[in-house]
Amino acid sequence: MSAKKSKKPIFLFLAKEREPLFSKKNRALLKDPLDDNNPITVQVLGICSALAITVQLKPAVVMTLSVIAVMAASNVIVSLLRNLIPNRIRIIVQLVVVASMVILVDQVLRAYAYDVSKQLSIFVGLIITNCIVMGRLEAFALGNGVWRSFLDGVGNALGYGMMLILVAFFRELFGSGKLYGFQVIPEALYEMGYVNNGFMLLSPMALITVGLIIWFQRARNRKLIEKN
Amino acid sequence: MNRDSNGYTFGFAAAMVVVVASVLAFTASSLKDLQQDNVRKEKMQNILATIGVETDRDGAEKLFNQYITDQLALRNDGSVDAEVSAFSDINLAIEIKKNPTDQRFPLYIANVSDNDYYIIPLRGSGLWDAIWGYVALDSDKNTIKGAVFDHKAETAGLGAEITQDWFMNRFVGEKVFDNTGSLVGIAVSKTNNDPKDLDKNDHEVDAISGATITGDGVSDMILERLSHYLPYFNKTTQTIAFNE
Repeated sequence: MSAKKSKKPIFLFLAKEREPLFSKKNRALLKDPLDDNNPITVQVLGICSALAITVQLKPAVVMTLSVIAVMAASNVIVSLLRNLIPNRIRIIVQLVVVASMVILVDQVLRAYAYDVSKQLSIFVGLIITNCIVMGRLEAFALGNGVWRSFLDGVGNALGYGMMLILVAFFRELFGSGKLYGFQVIPEALYEMGYVNNGFMLLSPMALITVGLIIWFQRARNRKLIEKN
Repeated sequence: MNRDSNGYTFGFAAAMVVVVASVLAFTASSLKDLQQDNVRKEKMQNILATIGVETDRDGAEKLFNQYITDQLALRNDGSVDAEVSAFSDINLAIEIKKNPTDQRFPLYIANVSDNDYYIIPLRGSGLWDAIWGYVALDSDKNTIKGAVFDHKAETAGLGAEITQDWFMNRFVGEKVFDNTGSLVGIAVSKTNNDPKDLDKNDHEVDAISGATITGDGVSDMILERLSHYLPYFNKTTQTIAFNE
């Protein structure tokens, strides 16, 4: 009789501990920033780099990978330290963590992807000032566990990177007729009088492209429409 | 432990700085060789690119040894300093800050299909930081065979465009001496009314919109650097003016 009684709490205790790694709540951490809570199109953060490095797909992809690495790593580190970080210097600590992660990424790129690191030039450094990174550390990693913070970092970086790649896709396609450096618009079309749109290569068109994406996203996703 | 005490805060900050510094120092020093190798091969690649030899970074070293016949370190009076290696001893970033009489000016001489080319390294200032490059002169020491530019931190999409082929190709065929034989260099001009750079005798190329200061930096750098090679050119060629 006593065995039956004691079994239940233990079972409940175990069940609570063993929340599946990709439970619905955790999946939401990954999925939300892709659409409902996208850093670029909904929160309108990180626009500066989104305008500057979306002329071609390749730097956009590398930037995305770099931001994923930086955000996941710094979210995990801050989350691990969240009970140790003195409250009064927490912003400084976050900044130091992000800055060192960015320097690490920069050093690795310089050693193994030299051309790309040159193309990204100062924008790798500017990941430090990317509001999305600091925002997630302050708003999420400081108050949540390691795994959840990791998912949150990856999710937000993916949301950011998705927009970067989407914008870069249109800009490279219409601006230079290429995708990832390969010519996709056939020569025959140019002979018929088609001309690349040089305006697509300039920053204002990135802003307009982002605007069009926001428009499309809001038309499709009812949750994003303001009540009044 | 009281996380809000001054002692804890200072202790945490100190520990953090030590840990971060050692991690970064370790990474930087362990990747240093790879990074320097990239830079060295890129230098060879850039020098080759000015004379129209395209190669990837891995093939650069072999082709460099094949085409570059002479690497000279010149003194201010045009004589050759045989004790200095132009490629590995001279760092223009340091050299350019010295007094011109103490500087050594590197010059690479290439031979491609029996034609000599003179490749001159450049360095100057853009908007944010250093810009540099190489310019190759044809055997008449006047017509530009090719130019390559690079930069440390110019604005992506604006000043950073000086590294693009369409900009560098504008210099091909331009002449650095005017009809009287004096050095004028190549001006990156906003008003040359020649956007396709068809006029190769105007000593001007079309500028990039939004990159005025970087463009001016390119003009200044070409003129300033080339001026140091005049004594050598005068020595080896009797009269440049007649080449026009």
